[in-house]
Amino acid sequence: MKLVVDEVAVTLESTPVLRGVSVEVERGAIVGLVGPNGSGKSTLLRTVYRSLRPERGAVRLGGTDVWAMSARESALRTAAVLQDNTIPAGMTVAEVVELGRTPHQGVERAPVAEAMRRTGTLALAGRPFGALSGGERQRVLLAKALAQSPLLLVLDEPTNHLDIRARFELLELVRELGVTTLAVLHDLDLAVRSCDSLVVLHEGRVAAAGPPLDALTPGVLSDVFGVVGEVAAHPDGVVRVTYAARPLATGLVLS
Amino acid sequence: MRLPLLPSVVVLTATLVFAMVVAVGIGSVNVPIADTWHILTGGTGGDPIQDQIIWQYRLPRVLLAALAGAGLSAAGVVLQALAGNPLADPQVLGVSSGASVGAVLVITLGTGAAGGLGVSSAAFVGAMGAAVLVFVLGQQRGRLTPTRLVLAGVAVGYVLLAVTSYIQLQATPNELGAVMFWMLGSVAGAQWDQLGPLAALVACCGLFITLYGRRLNALVTGEESATALGLNVRRARVGLLAASSLLVGAVIAVAGGIGFVGLMIPHVVRLCFGTDHRRVVPVSALVGAAYLVLVDLLSRTVDAPNELPLGILTAVFGAPFFLWLLRRDRSVTAS
Repeated sequence: MKLVVDEVAVTLESTPVLRGVSVEVERGAIVGLVGPNGSGKSTLLRTVYRSLRPERGAVRLGGTDVWAMSARESALRTAAVLQDNTIPAGMTVAEVVELGRTPHQGVERAPVAEAMRRTGTLALAGRPFGALSGGERQRVLLAKALAQSPLLLVLDEPTNHLDIRARFELLELVRELGVTTLAVLHDLDLAVRSCDSLVVLHEGRVAAAGPPLDALTPGVLSDVFGVVGEVAAHPDGVVRVTYAARPLATGLVLS
Repeated sequence: MRLPLLPSVVVLTATLVFAMVVAVGIGSVNVPIADTWHILTGGTGGDPIQDQIIWQYRLPRVLLAALAGAGLSAAGVVLQALAGNPLADPQVLGVSSGASVGAVLVITLGTGAAGGLGVSSAAFVGAMGAAVLVFVLGQQRGRLTPTRLVLAGVAVGYVLLAVTSYIQLQATPNELGAVMFWMLGSVAGAQWDQLGPLAALVACCGLFITLYGRRLNALVTGEESATALGLNVRRARVGLLAASSLLVGAVIAVAGGIGFVGLMIPHVVRLCFGTDHRRVVPVSALVGAAYLVLVDLLSRTVDAPNELPLGILTAVFGAPFFLWLLRRDRSVTAS
Protein backbone atom coordinates (compact mmCIF):
# COMPACT_ATOMS: atom_id res chain seq x y z
CA MET A 1 0.00 0.00 0.00
CA LYS A 2 1.39 3.41 -0.96
CA LEU A 3 2.77 5.56 1.84
CA VAL A 4 2.84 9.35 1.52
CA VAL A 5 4.57 11.48 4.14
CA ASP A 6 3.55 15.04 3.35
CA GLU A 7 5.48 18.02 4.74
CA VAL A 8 5.74 16.55 8.23
CA ALA A 9 7.17 18.75 10.99
CA VAL A 10 7.97 17.65 14.57
CA THR A 11 9.47 19.52 17.51
CA LEU A 12 10.80 17.56 20.48
CA GLU A 13 11.79 19.30 23.74
CA SER A 14 11.51 22.65 21.88
CA THR A 15 14.07 21.49 19.26
CA PRO A 16 12.77 21.18 15.69
CA VAL A 17 13.60 17.61 14.65
CA LEU A 18 11.68 17.42 11.37
CA ARG A 19 11.18 20.65 9.39
CA GLY A 20 8.77 19.67 6.64
CA VAL A 21 9.74 16.24 5.34
CA SER A 22 8.04 14.57 2.40
CA VAL A 23 8.61 10.93 1.48
CA GLU A 24 6.77 8.60 -0.87
CA VAL A 25 6.97 4.84 -0.84
CA GLU A 26 5.31 3.17 -3.80
CA ARG A 27 3.40 -0.04 -3.24
CA GLY A 28 5.80 -2.99 -2.97
CA ALA A 29 8.89 -0.77 -2.97
CA ILE A 30 11.70 -0.68 -0.40
CA VAL A 31 12.74 2.84 0.47
CA GLY A 32 15.82 3.41 2.63
CA LEU A 33 15.96 6.32 5.01
CA VAL A 34 19.58 7.34 5.54
CA GLY A 35 21.30 10.23 7.26
CA PRO A 36 23.75 10.94 10.05
CA ASN A 37 22.86 10.49 13.74
CA GLY A 38 20.28 13.03 14.87
CA SER A 39 19.00 13.79 11.38
CA GLY A 40 15.45 12.77 12.33
CA LYS A 41 15.18 9.28 10.81
CA SER A 42 13.69 7.48 13.80
CA THR A 43 11.41 10.44 14.54
CA LEU A 44 10.03 10.25 11.02
CA LEU A 45 9.35 6.55 11.50
CA ARG A 46 7.49 7.29 14.73
CA THR A 47 5.05 9.54 12.88
CA VAL A 48 4.47 6.68 10.42
CA TYR A 49 3.73 3.94 12.95
CA ARG A 50 1.50 6.37 14.81
CA SER A 51 3.53 6.84 17.95
CA LEU A 52 4.29 10.56 17.51
CA ARG A 53 1.76 12.99 16.10
CA PRO A 54 3.31 15.54 13.72
CA GLU A 55 2.64 19.21 14.40
CA ARG A 56 2.23 19.92 10.72
CA GLY A 57 1.78 17.79 7.68
CA ALA A 58 0.17 14.42 7.22
CA VAL A 59 1.04 10.74 6.95
CA ARG A 60 -1.23 8.92 4.52
CA LEU A 61 -1.32 5.19 3.93
CA GLY A 62 -3.36 4.18 0.87
CA GLY A 63 -4.87 7.65 0.89
CA THR A 64 -6.03 7.53 4.53
CA ASP A 65 -4.46 9.75 7.18
CA VAL A 66 -2.96 7.39 9.77
CA TRP A 67 -3.66 9.99 12.46
CA ALA A 68 -7.36 9.79 11.63
CA MET A 69 -7.26 6.08 12.49
CA SER A 70 -7.28 4.50 15.92
CA ALA A 71 -4.04 2.94 17.17
CA ARG A 72 -5.49 -0.48 16.44
CA GLU A 73 -6.66 0.40 12.92
CA SER A 74 -3.18 1.69 12.18
CA ALA A 75 -1.55 -1.46 13.60
CA LEU A 76 -3.74 -3.58 11.30
CA ARG A 77 -1.97 -1.87 8.35
CA THR A 78 1.50 -0.95 9.61
CA ALA A 79 3.97 -3.16 11.47
CA ALA A 80 7.26 -1.94 12.92
CA VAL A 81 10.56 -3.57 13.84
CA LEU A 82 12.04 -1.21 16.41
CA GLN A 83 15.43 -0.90 18.03
CA ASP A 84 14.30 -1.01 21.64
CA ASN A 85 12.37 -4.08 22.61
CA THR A 86 12.16 -5.30 26.16
CA ILE A 87 11.13 -8.86 25.50
CA PRO A 88 10.64 -10.46 28.94
CA ALA A 89 13.23 -13.08 29.77
CA GLY A 90 11.79 -16.54 29.34
CA MET A 91 9.39 -15.57 26.56
CA THR A 92 9.63 -18.12 23.74
CA VAL A 93 10.08 -17.29 20.07
CA ALA A 94 6.54 -18.48 19.27
CA GLU A 95 5.14 -16.19 21.97
CA VAL A 96 7.09 -13.22 20.62
CA VAL A 97 5.78 -13.83 17.10
CA GLU A 98 2.26 -14.24 18.47
CA LEU A 99 2.45 -10.69 19.85
CA GLY A 100 2.06 -9.61 16.22
CA ARG A 101 -1.55 -10.77 16.35
CA THR A 102 -2.37 -8.29 19.14
CA PRO A 103 -4.38 -5.88 16.95
CA HIS A 104 -6.36 -8.74 15.39
CA GLN A 105 -9.41 -10.35 16.94
CA GLY A 106 -8.74 -13.81 18.31
CA VAL A 107 -5.46 -15.66 18.05
CA GLU A 108 -5.13 -17.55 14.79
CA ARG A 109 -2.32 -20.05 14.52
CA ALA A 110 -2.00 -19.85 10.73
CA PRO A 111 -0.59 -16.29 10.31
CA VAL A 112 1.89 -16.91 13.15
CA ALA A 113 3.14 -20.15 11.60
CA GLU A 114 3.26 -18.57 8.15
CA ALA A 115 5.29 -15.61 9.42
CA MET A 116 7.73 -18.00 11.09
CA ARG A 117 8.00 -20.13 7.98
CA ARG A 118 8.74 -17.11 5.75
CA THR A 119 11.46 -15.86 8.11
CA GLY A 120 12.98 -19.28 8.71
CA THR A 121 12.28 -19.16 12.44
CA LEU A 122 9.96 -22.18 12.75
CA ALA A 123 12.80 -24.30 14.12
CA LEU A 124 13.36 -21.77 16.90
CA ALA A 125 9.70 -21.77 18.04
CA GLY A 126 10.19 -23.24 21.51
CA ARG A 127 13.46 -21.49 22.37
CA PRO A 128 13.66 -18.53 24.76
CA PHE A 129 14.08 -15.28 22.83
CA GLY A 130 16.90 -14.25 25.18
CA ALA A 131 19.01 -17.24 24.12
CA LEU A 132 19.06 -16.32 20.41
CA SER A 133 21.89 -14.74 18.43
CA GLY A 134 21.50 -11.15 17.21
CA GLY A 135 20.65 -12.28 13.67
CA GLU A 136 18.07 -14.77 14.91
CA ARG A 137 16.48 -12.13 17.13
CA GLN A 138 16.03 -9.72 14.23
CA ARG A 139 14.46 -12.46 12.12
CA VAL A 140 12.07 -13.28 14.97
CA LEU A 141 11.13 -9.60 15.36
CA LEU A 142 10.55 -9.48 11.61
CA ALA A 143 8.33 -12.55 11.97
CA LYS A 144 6.39 -10.77 14.73
CA ALA A 145 5.86 -7.82 12.37
CA LEU A 146 4.79 -10.17 9.54
CA ALA A 147 2.32 -11.91 11.84
CA GLN A 148 0.58 -8.55 12.03
CA SER A 149 -0.31 -9.11 8.31
CA PRO A 150 0.91 -5.61 7.48
CA LEU A 151 0.49 -3.59 4.27
CA LEU A 152 3.49 -1.48 5.30
CA LEU A 153 6.66 -2.53 7.11
CA VAL A 154 8.64 0.04 9.07
CA LEU A 155 12.17 -1.00 10.08
CA ASP A 156 14.38 1.03 12.39
CA GLU A 157 18.00 0.05 11.81
CA PRO A 158 17.17 -3.66 11.56
CA THR A 159 20.79 -4.64 10.84
CA ASN A 160 22.31 -2.92 13.87
CA HIS A 161 24.75 -5.15 15.76
CA LEU A 162 24.49 -7.89 13.14
CA ASP A 163 27.50 -9.55 11.55
CA ILE A 164 28.02 -9.06 7.84
CA ARG A 165 26.33 -12.27 6.70
CA ALA A 166 23.33 -11.70 8.95
CA ARG A 167 22.97 -8.19 7.49
CA PHE A 168 22.81 -9.46 3.92
CA GLU A 169 20.49 -12.28 4.96
CA LEU A 170 18.07 -9.95 6.71
CA LEU A 171 17.80 -7.51 3.82
CA GLU A 172 17.55 -10.36 1.33
CA LEU A 173 14.66 -11.64 3.42
CA VAL A 174 12.96 -8.21 3.44
CA ARG A 175 13.26 -8.14 -0.38
CA GLU A 176 11.68 -11.57 -0.71
CA LEU A 177 8.72 -10.58 1.47
CA GLY A 178 7.52 -8.10 -1.18
CA VAL A 179 5.84 -5.88 1.42
CA THR A 180 5.99 -2.08 1.03
CA THR A 181 8.87 -1.10 3.31
CA LEU A 182 10.37 2.04 4.78
CA ALA A 183 13.66 1.24 6.52
CA VAL A 184 16.17 3.33 8.43
CA LEU A 185 19.62 2.02 7.53
CA HIS A 186 22.99 3.18 8.78
CA ASP A 187 25.11 1.06 6.47
CA LEU A 188 25.14 3.04 3.18
CA ASP A 189 26.57 0.19 1.16
CA LEU A 190 23.79 -2.09 2.35
CA ALA A 191 21.25 0.67 1.62
CA VAL A 192 22.31 1.22 -1.99
CA ARG A 193 22.34 -2.53 -2.66
CA SER A 194 18.96 -3.33 -1.23
CA CYS A 195 16.70 -0.29 -1.64
CA ASP A 196 14.71 0.79 -4.67
CA SER A 197 15.24 4.37 -3.68
CA LEU A 198 16.80 6.37 -0.85
CA VAL A 199 15.74 9.42 1.11
CA VAL A 200 18.66 11.31 2.66
CA LEU A 201 17.73 13.24 5.79
CA HIS A 202 19.93 16.03 7.10
CA GLU A 203 19.07 18.25 10.05
CA GLY A 204 15.36 17.51 9.74
CA ARG A 205 15.10 18.11 5.99
CA VAL A 206 15.28 15.93 2.90
CA ALA A 207 18.73 16.58 1.46
CA ALA A 208 18.32 14.24 -1.48
CA ALA A 209 15.94 11.55 -2.69
CA GLY A 210 15.66 9.13 -5.56
CA PRO A 211 17.28 5.93 -6.84
CA PRO A 212 20.52 5.20 -4.92
CA LEU A 213 22.78 6.39 -7.73
CA ASP A 214 20.94 9.71 -7.97
CA ALA A 215 20.44 10.31 -4.25
CA LEU A 216 23.91 9.53 -2.92
CA THR A 217 26.12 11.80 -5.05
CA PRO A 218 29.69 12.56 -3.94
CA GLY A 219 28.36 16.00 -2.95
CA VAL A 220 25.72 14.48 -0.64
CA LEU A 221 28.25 12.05 0.82
CA SER A 222 30.56 14.92 1.67
CA ASP A 223 27.99 17.57 2.71
CA VAL A 224 25.63 15.33 4.69
CA PHE A 225 27.83 12.47 5.90
CA GLY A 226 31.18 14.26 5.91
CA VAL A 227 32.97 11.53 3.96
CA VAL A 228 34.66 11.43 0.59
CA GLY A 229 33.40 8.65 -1.63
CA GLU A 230 31.22 7.69 -4.54
CA VAL A 231 28.34 5.43 -5.45
CA ALA A 232 28.75 3.55 -8.69
CA ALA A 233 27.37 0.58 -10.53
CA HIS A 234 30.13 -1.98 -10.88
CA PRO A 235 30.61 -4.22 -13.93
CA ASP A 236 28.81 -7.06 -12.10
CA GLY A 237 25.70 -4.86 -12.02
CA VAL A 238 25.84 -4.23 -8.27
CA VAL A 239 25.72 -0.66 -6.95
CA ARG A 240 28.38 -0.09 -4.30
CA VAL A 241 29.67 2.72 -2.15
CA THR A 242 33.42 3.16 -2.21
CA TYR A 243 35.16 5.51 0.15
CA ALA A 244 38.34 7.47 -0.62
CA ALA A 245 41.74 6.50 0.83
CA ARG A 246 41.33 9.33 3.34
CA PRO A 247 37.56 9.38 3.66
CA LEU A 248 37.07 12.17 6.20
CA ALA A 249 35.82 15.21 4.26
CA THR A 250 37.23 17.81 6.67
CA GLY A 251 39.85 15.85 8.58
CA LEU A 252 39.43 14.28 12.01
CA VAL A 253 37.88 16.69 14.46
CA LEU A 254 38.85 16.08 18.07
CA SER A 255 37.44 18.58 20.47
CA MET B 1 11.01 -25.73 32.73
CA ARG B 2 7.33 -25.24 32.09
CA LEU B 3 4.47 -27.11 33.65
CA PRO B 4 1.51 -28.18 31.51
CA LEU B 5 -1.28 -25.64 32.07
CA LEU B 6 -4.47 -27.66 32.22
CA PRO B 7 -3.37 -30.48 34.55
CA SER B 8 -1.67 -27.91 36.77
CA VAL B 9 -4.83 -25.81 37.06
CA VAL B 10 -6.81 -28.92 38.00
CA VAL B 11 -4.22 -29.87 40.64
CA LEU B 12 -4.04 -26.30 41.97
CA THR B 13 -7.81 -25.98 42.20
CA ALA B 14 -8.01 -29.29 44.05
CA THR B 15 -5.22 -28.13 46.37
CA LEU B 16 -7.05 -24.89 47.08
CA VAL B 17 -10.32 -26.66 47.91
CA PHE B 18 -8.53 -29.26 50.05
CA ALA B 19 -6.51 -26.60 51.87
CA MET B 20 -9.68 -24.63 52.58
CA VAL B 21 -11.53 -27.64 53.97
CA VAL B 22 -8.56 -28.58 56.15
CA ALA B 23 -8.12 -24.99 57.31
CA VAL B 24 -11.80 -24.75 58.20
CA GLY B 25 -11.53 -27.89 60.34
CA ILE B 26 -8.40 -26.98 62.28
CA GLY B 27 -8.28 -24.55 65.19
CA SER B 28 -8.82 -24.32 68.93
CA VAL B 29 -11.64 -26.81 68.38
CA ASN B 30 -10.63 -29.40 65.80
CA VAL B 31 -13.34 -30.77 63.57
CA PRO B 32 -12.47 -33.99 61.67
CA ILE B 33 -12.20 -33.43 57.94
CA ALA B 34 -15.15 -35.69 57.09
CA ASP B 35 -17.39 -33.78 59.54
CA THR B 36 -16.12 -30.47 58.17
CA TRP B 37 -17.03 -31.54 54.66
CA HIS B 38 -20.41 -32.75 55.91
CA ILE B 39 -21.15 -29.42 57.61
CA LEU B 40 -19.88 -27.34 54.67
CA THR B 41 -22.01 -29.24 52.17
CA GLY B 42 -25.14 -28.40 54.14
CA GLY B 43 -25.30 -31.41 56.38
CA THR B 44 -26.90 -30.95 59.79
CA GLY B 45 -27.57 -33.08 62.79
CA GLY B 46 -24.07 -32.83 64.19
CA ASP B 47 -22.82 -30.72 67.05
CA PRO B 48 -24.46 -27.25 66.84
CA ILE B 49 -21.33 -25.68 68.37
CA GLN B 50 -19.22 -27.16 65.60
CA ASP B 51 -21.75 -25.82 63.08
CA GLN B 52 -21.43 -22.38 64.56
CA ILE B 53 -17.65 -22.40 64.77
CA ILE B 54 -17.36 -23.41 61.17
CA TRP B 55 -20.01 -21.14 59.69
CA GLN B 56 -19.47 -18.08 61.88
CA TYR B 57 -15.70 -18.03 62.41
CA ARG B 58 -13.65 -20.44 60.36
CA LEU B 59 -15.28 -20.29 56.93
CA PRO B 60 -15.37 -16.48 56.62
CA ARG B 61 -11.76 -16.31 57.74
CA VAL B 62 -10.59 -18.97 55.28
CA LEU B 63 -12.56 -17.35 52.47
CA LEU B 64 -11.04 -13.98 53.31
CA ALA B 65 -7.55 -15.48 53.25
CA ALA B 66 -8.26 -16.99 49.81
CA LEU B 67 -9.71 -13.74 48.42
CA ALA B 68 -6.84 -11.68 49.83
CA GLY B 69 -4.22 -14.04 48.39
CA ALA B 70 -5.92 -14.06 44.99
CA GLY B 71 -6.38 -10.29 44.88
CA LEU B 72 -2.86 -9.37 46.00
CA SER B 73 -1.26 -11.85 43.60
CA ALA B 74 -3.27 -10.71 40.57
CA ALA B 75 -2.55 -7.07 41.43
CA GLY B 76 1.15 -7.90 41.85
CA VAL B 77 1.30 -9.33 38.32
CA VAL B 78 -0.18 -6.13 36.91
CA LEU B 79 1.98 -3.78 38.96
CA GLN B 80 5.18 -5.61 37.97
CA ALA B 81 4.15 -5.38 34.32
CA LEU B 82 3.12 -1.71 34.56
CA ALA B 83 6.23 -0.64 36.45
CA GLY B 84 8.44 -2.73 34.18
CA ASN B 85 10.19 -3.77 37.36
CA PRO B 86 10.33 -7.25 38.88
CA LEU B 87 10.50 -5.74 42.37
CA ALA B 88 7.23 -3.82 42.10
CA ASP B 89 4.50 -5.03 44.42
CA PRO B 90 1.32 -3.66 45.96
CA GLN B 91 3.37 -1.73 48.54
CA VAL B 92 5.51 0.11 46.00
CA LEU B 93 2.65 2.25 44.75
CA GLY B 94 1.89 3.77 48.14
CA VAL B 95 -1.57 2.23 48.26
CA SER B 96 -0.94 0.24 51.41
CA SER B 97 0.62 3.26 53.13
CA GLY B 98 -2.57 5.20 52.39
CA ALA B 99 -4.62 2.38 53.85
CA SER B 100 -2.44 2.42 56.98
CA VAL B 101 -3.10 6.10 57.58
CA GLY B 102 -6.86 5.53 57.43
CA ALA B 103 -6.77 2.46 59.64
CA VAL B 104 -4.37 3.86 62.23
CA LEU B 105 -6.38 7.07 62.43
CA VAL B 106 -9.52 5.16 63.37
CA ILE B 107 -7.76 2.68 65.69
CA THR B 108 -6.08 5.42 67.74
CA LEU B 109 -8.43 8.37 67.54
CA GLY B 110 -11.74 6.55 67.13
CA THR B 111 -14.24 6.62 64.32
CA GLY B 112 -14.88 10.32 64.80
CA ALA B 113 -11.46 11.10 63.30
CA ALA B 114 -12.49 9.63 59.98
CA GLY B 115 -16.00 10.98 59.72
CA GLY B 116 -17.64 7.99 61.39
CA LEU B 117 -15.99 5.38 59.15
CA GLY B 118 -14.92 2.03 60.55
CA VAL B 119 -11.33 0.75 60.30
CA SER B 120 -11.90 -1.03 56.98
CA SER B 121 -13.77 1.82 55.34
CA ALA B 122 -11.20 4.38 56.49
CA ALA B 123 -8.38 2.14 55.23
CA PHE B 124 -10.10 1.79 51.87
CA VAL B 125 -10.61 5.55 51.57
CA GLY B 126 -6.94 6.09 52.51
CA ALA B 127 -5.81 3.52 49.92
CA MET B 128 -7.85 5.11 47.14
CA GLY B 129 -6.68 8.60 48.12
CA ALA B 130 -3.04 7.48 47.91
CA ALA B 131 -3.69 5.72 44.58
CA VAL B 132 -5.19 8.88 43.06
CA LEU B 133 -2.32 10.98 44.39
CA VAL B 134 0.32 8.62 42.96
CA PHE B 135 -1.57 8.50 39.69
CA VAL B 136 -1.64 12.31 39.40
CA LEU B 137 2.02 12.71 40.41
CA GLY B 138 3.07 9.86 38.12
CA GLN B 139 2.02 11.77 35.01
CA GLN B 140 4.29 13.91 32.91
CA ARG B 141 2.56 16.11 30.37
CA GLY B 142 -0.34 13.70 30.10
CA ARG B 143 1.95 10.68 29.83
CA LEU B 144 1.93 8.03 32.50
CA THR B 145 5.51 6.77 32.66
CA PRO B 146 6.47 3.68 34.67
CA THR B 147 9.54 5.24 36.26
CA ARG B 148 7.65 8.32 37.46
CA LEU B 149 4.87 6.09 38.72
CA VAL B 150 7.25 4.07 40.89
CA LEU B 151 9.07 7.18 42.12
CA ALA B 152 5.79 8.92 42.94
CA GLY B 153 4.59 5.77 44.73
CA VAL B 154 7.75 5.55 46.83
CA ALA B 155 7.62 9.27 47.69
CA VAL B 156 3.94 9.23 48.61
CA GLY B 157 4.54 6.04 50.59
CA TYR B 158 7.25 7.68 52.70
CA VAL B 159 5.15 10.77 53.43
CA LEU B 160 2.20 8.64 54.48
CA LEU B 161 4.47 6.44 56.58
CA ALA B 162 5.59 9.59 58.40
CA VAL B 163 1.95 10.49 59.03
CA THR B 164 1.24 6.98 60.34
CA SER B 165 4.29 7.10 62.62
CA TYR B 166 3.25 10.46 64.02
CA ILE B 167 -0.24 9.22 64.83
CA GLN B 168 1.24 6.10 66.44
CA LEU B 169 3.35 8.25 68.77
CA GLN B 170 0.13 9.63 70.22
CA ALA B 171 -1.33 6.17 70.77
CA THR B 172 -1.65 4.20 74.01
CA PRO B 173 0.21 0.85 74.28
CA ASN B 174 -3.09 -0.98 73.83
CA GLU B 175 -3.87 0.89 70.66
CA LEU B 176 -0.31 0.36 69.44
CA GLY B 177 -0.75 -3.40 69.68
CA ALA B 178 -3.89 -3.20 67.56
CA VAL B 179 -2.10 -0.95 65.05
CA MET B 180 0.84 -3.35 64.74
CA PHE B 181 -1.48 -6.32 64.29
CA TRP B 182 -3.43 -4.48 61.61
CA MET B 183 -0.34 -3.34 59.74
CA LEU B 184 1.07 -6.86 59.59
CA GLY B 185 -2.19 -8.26 58.30
CA SER B 186 -4.71 -10.71 59.66
CA VAL B 187 -7.88 -12.40 58.52
CA ALA B 188 -9.02 -13.17 62.08
CA GLY B 189 -11.74 -10.53 62.05
CA ALA B 190 -13.40 -11.77 58.85
CA GLN B 191 -17.11 -11.06 58.67
CA TRP B 192 -19.65 -12.33 56.19
CA ASP B 193 -20.95 -8.86 55.32
CA GLN B 194 -17.49 -7.78 54.13
CA LEU B 195 -16.89 -10.93 52.11
CA GLY B 196 -19.66 -10.36 49.56
CA PRO B 197 -18.42 -7.00 48.26
CA LEU B 198 -14.80 -8.14 48.40
CA ALA B 199 -15.55 -11.32 46.47
CA ALA B 200 -17.44 -9.33 43.83
CA LEU B 201 -14.58 -6.87 43.51
CA VAL B 202 -11.86 -9.54 43.30
CA ALA B 203 -13.90 -11.40 40.69
CA CYS B 204 -14.60 -8.29 38.57
CA CYS B 205 -11.08 -6.85 38.71
CA GLY B 206 -9.53 -10.30 38.23
CA LEU B 207 -11.67 -10.91 35.15
CA PHE B 208 -10.89 -7.44 33.79
CA ILE B 209 -7.15 -7.97 34.22
CA THR B 210 -7.29 -11.44 32.67
CA LEU B 211 -9.16 -10.06 29.66
CA TYR B 212 -6.41 -7.44 29.39
CA GLY B 213 -3.83 -10.27 29.32
CA ARG B 214 -2.96 -9.89 25.66
CA ARG B 215 -2.56 -6.14 26.05
CA LEU B 216 -0.36 -6.71 29.11
CA ASN B 217 1.83 -8.98 26.97
CA ALA B 218 2.26 -6.16 24.44
CA LEU B 219 2.71 -3.54 27.15
CA VAL B 220 5.72 -5.24 28.75
CA THR B 221 7.63 -5.07 25.45
CA GLY B 222 7.87 -1.29 25.84
CA GLU B 223 5.76 1.77 25.09
CA GLU B 224 6.84 2.23 21.47
CA SER B 225 6.49 -1.45 20.68
CA ALA B 226 3.05 -1.61 22.32
CA THR B 227 1.92 1.45 20.35
CA ALA B 228 3.10 -0.17 17.12
CA LEU B 229 1.03 -3.23 18.09
CA GLY B 230 -2.09 -1.06 18.17
CA LEU B 231 -2.39 -0.39 21.88
CA ASN B 232 -3.70 2.84 23.31
CA VAL B 233 -0.93 2.70 25.89
CA ARG B 234 -2.26 5.45 28.14
CA ARG B 235 -5.76 4.03 28.29
CA ALA B 236 -4.45 0.52 28.99
CA ARG B 237 -2.18 1.77 31.78
CA VAL B 238 -4.93 3.83 33.42
CA GLY B 239 -7.41 0.95 33.31
CA LEU B 240 -4.95 -1.58 34.68
CA LEU B 241 -3.69 0.77 37.36
CA ALA B 242 -7.24 1.50 38.48
CA ALA B 243 -8.16 -2.19 38.62
CA SER B 244 -5.04 -3.19 40.55
CA SER B 245 -5.29 -0.26 42.99
CA LEU B 246 -8.92 -1.14 43.65
CA LEU B 247 -7.94 -4.77 44.29
CA VAL B 248 -5.09 -3.90 46.64
CA GLY B 249 -7.11 -1.22 48.43
CA ALA B 250 -10.07 -3.53 49.04
CA VAL B 251 -7.94 -6.44 50.25
CA ILE B 252 -5.80 -4.33 52.58
CA ALA B 253 -8.85 -2.52 53.93
CA VAL B 254 -10.32 -5.81 55.13
CA ALA B 255 -7.21 -7.89 55.89
CA GLY B 256 -4.52 -5.32 56.69
CA GLY B 257 -1.07 -4.99 55.16
CA ILE B 258 -0.05 -8.46 54.08
CA GLY B 259 3.30 -8.13 52.35
CA PHE B 260 5.35 -10.35 50.02
CA VAL B 261 2.41 -12.26 48.51
CA GLY B 262 1.96 -9.84 45.62
CA LEU B 263 5.70 -9.82 45.02
CA MET B 264 6.48 -13.51 45.30
CA ILE B 265 3.55 -15.38 43.76
CA PRO B 266 3.79 -13.77 40.28
CA HIS B 267 7.48 -14.75 40.08
CA VAL B 268 6.76 -18.34 41.05
CA VAL B 269 3.96 -18.58 38.49
CA ARG B 270 6.01 -17.04 35.69
CA LEU B 271 8.81 -19.45 36.47
CA CYS B 272 6.49 -22.45 36.16
CA PHE B 273 4.10 -21.31 33.42
CA GLY B 274 5.94 -18.74 31.29
CA THR B 275 5.26 -15.05 30.77
CA ASP B 276 1.89 -15.04 28.97
CA HIS B 277 -0.36 -12.85 31.13
CA ARG B 278 -3.49 -14.64 29.98
CA ARG B 279 -2.16 -17.56 32.03
CA VAL B 280 -0.11 -15.74 34.66
CA VAL B 281 -2.99 -13.64 36.02
CA PRO B 282 -5.56 -16.39 36.75
CA VAL B 283 -2.95 -18.94 37.85
CA SER B 284 -1.34 -16.39 40.19
CA ALA B 285 -4.75 -15.71 41.74
CA LEU B 286 -5.25 -19.45 42.27
CA VAL B 287 -1.78 -20.02 43.75
CA GLY B 288 -2.01 -16.88 45.89
CA ALA B 289 -5.35 -17.99 47.31
CA ALA B 290 -4.06 -21.44 48.30
CA TYR B 291 -0.84 -19.95 49.68
CA LEU B 292 -2.54 -17.48 51.98
CA VAL B 293 -5.07 -20.06 53.22
CA LEU B 294 -2.15 -22.25 54.29
CA VAL B 295 -0.21 -19.31 55.79
CA ASP B 296 -3.27 -18.34 57.82
CA LEU B 297 -3.66 -21.94 59.01
CA LEU B 298 -0.05 -21.88 60.15
CA SER B 299 -0.41 -18.46 61.77
CA ARG B 300 -3.03 -19.79 64.19
CA THR B 301 -1.54 -23.25 64.83
CA VAL B 302 2.21 -22.65 65.16
CA ASP B 303 1.90 -20.83 68.47
CA ALA B 304 -1.66 -21.77 69.51
CA PRO B 305 -3.65 -20.37 71.19
CA ASN B 306 -1.80 -17.18 70.15
CA GLU B 307 -2.13 -15.94 66.61
CA LEU B 308 0.68 -14.49 64.54
CA PRO B 309 0.03 -11.70 62.06
CA LEU B 310 0.12 -12.99 58.47
CA GLY B 311 2.71 -10.44 57.38
CA ILE B 312 5.31 -11.99 59.68
CA LEU B 313 4.88 -15.46 58.20
CA THR B 314 4.67 -14.30 54.58
CA ALA B 315 7.96 -12.46 55.10
CA VAL B 316 9.60 -15.38 56.93
CA PHE B 317 8.69 -17.80 54.12
CA GLY B 318 8.72 -15.31 51.31
CA ALA B 319 12.11 -13.68 51.67
CA PRO B 320 14.30 -16.82 51.75
CA PHE B 321 12.29 -18.42 49.00
CA PHE B 322 12.62 -15.28 46.95
CA LEU B 323 16.39 -15.17 47.43
CA TRP B 324 16.63 -18.79 46.39
CA LEU B 325 14.57 -18.00 43.31
CA LEU B 326 16.80 -15.08 42.39
CA ARG B 327 19.90 -17.23 42.68
CA ARG B 328 18.69 -20.20 40.71
CA ASP B 329 16.82 -18.42 37.93
CA ARG B 330 18.51 -15.70 35.93
CA SER B 331 15.29 -14.73 34.19
CA VAL B 332 13.92 -13.05 37.31
CA THR B 333 16.73 -10.53 37.47
CA ALA B 334 17.66 -10.22 33.80
CA SER B 335 15.89 -7.26 32.32
